[in-house]
Amino acid sequence: MTVASPESFQGSLQPQGWLRYFSFSLDHKVIGLQYLVTGFIFYLIGGALAGVIRTELASPISDFISRETYNEVLTLHGTVMIFLWIVPVVNGGFGNYLIPFYVGARDMAFPRLNAVAFWMIPPAGILLISSYFISGAAQSGWTAYPPLSITTPAAGQVVWILSVLLLGGSSIFGAINFIATVLKLRQPGLKLMQLPMYCWAMLGTSILVVLSTPVLAGTLILLSFDIVAHTGFFNPALGGNVVVYQHLFWFYSHPAVYIMVLPAFGLVSEILPIHARKPLFGYTTMVYSILGIVFLGLIVWAHHMFTSGTPPWMRLFFTIATSFIAVPTGIKFFNWLATLWGGKIALNSAMLFSCAFIFHFVFGGITGVALAQVPFDIHVHDTYFVVGHFHYIVYGGTVFVIFAAIYHWYPKFTGRMLNEDLGRLHFLLTFVGFNLCFLPQHWLGLNGMPRRVAEYDPAFTTLNQASSIGALLMAISTLPLLYNVIWSAFRGQVAGDNPWRALTPEWLTSSPPPVENWVGAAPLVHEPYAYGVPADQIDLNATSGRDLWSDGRS
Amino acid sequence: MTIPTSLITLVLGMVLVLGGLWVGQNVNLLPVDASSNAPVYDALFQVLFSIGTILFVGVTGLLIFSLVRFRRLPGDQGDGVAIEGNLPLEILWTAIPAVVVLFVGIYSYDIYERMGGMTPLNGHEAMHGDASSLMLAEHQSHGDAMAAPALLREGPGSSSTLLADDPGEAQPERVWGGISSAAGDALPVELTAMQFAFIFHYPDSSITSGELHVPVGRPVQLRMEARDVIHAFWVPQFRLKQDVIPGQPTVMSFTPTRPGTYPIVCAELCGPYHGGMRTNVVVHEQEAFEAWIRQNAPAAPSTVALAAAPPTG
Ligand code: HEM
Ligand SMILES: [Cu+2]
Ligand SMILES: [Cu+2]
Repeated sequence: MTVASPESFQGSLQPQGWLRYFSFSLDHKVIGLQYLVTGFIFYLIGGALAGVIRTELASPISDFISRETYNEVLTLHGTVMIFLWIVPVVNGGFGNYLIPFYVGARDMAFPRLNAVAFWMIPPAGILLISSYFISGAAQSGWTAYPPLSITTPAAGQVVWILSVLLLGGSSIFGAINFIATVLKLRQPGLKLMQLPMYCWAMLGTSILVVLSTPVLAGTLILLSFDIVAHTGFFNPALGGNVVVYQHLFWFYSHPAVYIMVLPAFGLVSEILPIHARKPLFGYTTMVYSILGIVFLGLIVWAHHMFTSGTPPWMRLFFTIATSFIAVPTGIKFFNWLATLWGGKIALNSAMLFSCAFIFHFVFGGITGVALAQVPFDIHVHDTYFVVGHFHYIVYGGTVFVIFAAIYHWYPKFTGRMLNEDLGRLHFLLTFVGFNLCFLPQHWLGLNGMPRRVAEYDPAFTTLNQASSIGALLMAISTLPLLYNVIWSAFRGQVAGDNPWRALTPEWLTSSPPPVENWVGAAPLVHEPYAYGVPADQIDLNATSGRDLWSDGRS
Repeated sequence: MTIPTSLITLVLGMVLVLGGLWVGQNVNLLPVDASSNAPVYDALFQVLFSIGTILFVGVTGLLIFSLVRFRRLPGDQGDGVAIEGNLPLEILWTAIPAVVVLFVGIYSYDIYERMGGMTPLNGHEAMHGDASSLMLAEHQSHGDAMAAPALLREGPGSSSTLLADDPGEAQPERVWGGISSAAGDALPVELTAMQFAFIFHYPDSSITSGELHVPVGRPVQLRMEARDVIHAFWVPQFRLKQDVIPGQPTVMSFTPTRPGTYPIVCAELCGPYHGGMRTNVVVHEQEAFEAWIRQNAPAAPSTVALAAAPPTG
């Protein structure tokens, strides 16, 4: 080779060692970990805010913080968890780390855009949180429905809009990058239908981001005009229409729930086959069901507005469209069960969290289909039933998958294993705490407790206290995880390159991988899920994946 | 002697379905039913609960069975069987949810129809001669006779101008519709929601009250309007909820069936005191309701309570 080696360039321009995690690094792996760690810090902040909420709700009267503060905390909690934890971590974090490996590339299609997308997040997050201390944060919930968002203190609301616009921009940049990488950076000879499932999930998610996030941005800009310049887009006093805002908001925010959960579907599809030692069941139907979810996800938004005086035909249409999302979603769950069936399942932390995800998501999916039925929804809309539903989906589903993914890919990130006993302790605490926290909320909603309240009917005290104890357990459950992640980075058992004997390309290199992912040529993996005895009679114990798939250089 | 697997599966499946149906029939998770559409709602709830239980227990059972039966034994480094898919199976589990969902959709549509959710109330759909628009027109004339509703109507975003765009519509005002099961002689009540209270006004008797008092068995037609931000009117025992949206007068009706006092809860975040925005609906026997009207009817029509409300900004 006559070109100067990339390493020497990096050495002169970019900080090395741990410092590079604080730099404008262009390495997709560094950016991925930047997303992950930043997201986790915001998870801790959002979790602390949740702790404040559950403390207030431990008693039926508003006695812990003022009512205004309660609404600020509530708004910050929702916004932080959605826009600064789930979306950046399942998309930006794992997406950046894994997608280039999966397509056989050395980096993302637009590394600089990638770094820009990440570096929009910390300022946006700091802006959002600091608004609480400087002017008071927004008070109108993460949905920011006008006229409430127009009449609550303007400064906090405007900062909230700015912050969400930055985060939305970051998300769009990321999505463009994923689409370009998956479609254009695939190794020659690698077909779309040979990609690991996570690529398809990210492709679908990114399409949703690109189609729907600009609508949110436009809506929030109009809302900010209403607040700052007293225009009347959404202000009924000036001839505006508040229901239009709801349509526009949910046109983004229903797809957003799939932006939060499709990548998790993808990650689970990577984790299950490896720890069950079986091929992913029904690859083709999995791909089509992702595309089906993407399409249906775009035409169901008004199911959040069944009580907003929407016309009857609209309620009917959105009920049916929403119910039908259960079909492609169901396919995926049955395929995962079939992947487990007949496997040799390792019951490690990654697997336990993945299976708990299936358990919770099936529950949340069933309550979701119920909610899609207008007559059912009319009673429970905007109650704790809905709070229960979406936490089963977003926490019990996506967050559990994030934990599974941390146990699964930590050896890749660091070259060391996480401690299994601590992992199981973490799982047990999270599982019990989560269900204790959110299961009772369904009953509370059915029986008359609305959401977003700082005070409630004293008849509901006992279950609320149970829920708060569950939240406390969840808070405690992060301790073994934090300790494990930090301790294992230095003391953990050395993992070797491929501790799970996996076949997907990120494992066919050293752990942690070199800057350009593979020292030699990238491996061409046509069958990422070729586990199972008959396939070509490979003796995986004798050979390492790298010998098999790379061109032999190391 | 070994029992064939298919037989075991069949028996388990039947136990599961029967168990699910039994559970659905015997759940008791809802508050008491106090309106005519609550029992209809509860029937839907039972069906959904049965289907949900069957699916959830089935999937969870399979999951746990797999985890136990197919767990990797210590020292085993082998692989499972290399099954990459099975088209008939995949078609089966596409079809099952599709059928279930279709059934649920049609059934809940039927329920919704019975609850009166499909009653056309919008300007575009309302036909003259249609019962609901007649009721509305009658209701409107009540309103015109009184001073208070005029006050309501001059609130922000009065939509009367909207109607001018609607050729061929003789209705004076565009009204949005929620659930509307009432037929015939409905008691008109006007609800004004504001931060942080519900105010009820009875145009027939000029009573203005912070609590809703209604007679048992007679349909009530609520005409709702918000003064400032969005609120929602929710009575859990009626299984009814409707957003009260500024600039969008909405009509909803229901028939109380069980005397008692039930909470009215605001279900839409409306500001700091949202959690405290609660009042009661008192369902009276007919005579008791008449007595309440007699006791509370002002000597002369008065709008003091409403006029004293602060202007919106
Ligand atoms: C089978 C799939 C699902 C169905 C049928 C479904 C249905 C629904 C419906 C109808 C609502 C509105 C309830 C109401 O406000 O009255 C809702 C709320 C919600 N869902 Fe789902 N859902 C499903 C899956 C998901 C997924 C995958 C996520 C996220 C990852 C999710 C997150 C949410 C959230 C965040 C809300 C509440 C939004 C809010 O009002 O703040 N759901 N769901
Ligand atoms: Cu939705
Ligand atoms: Cu309220």
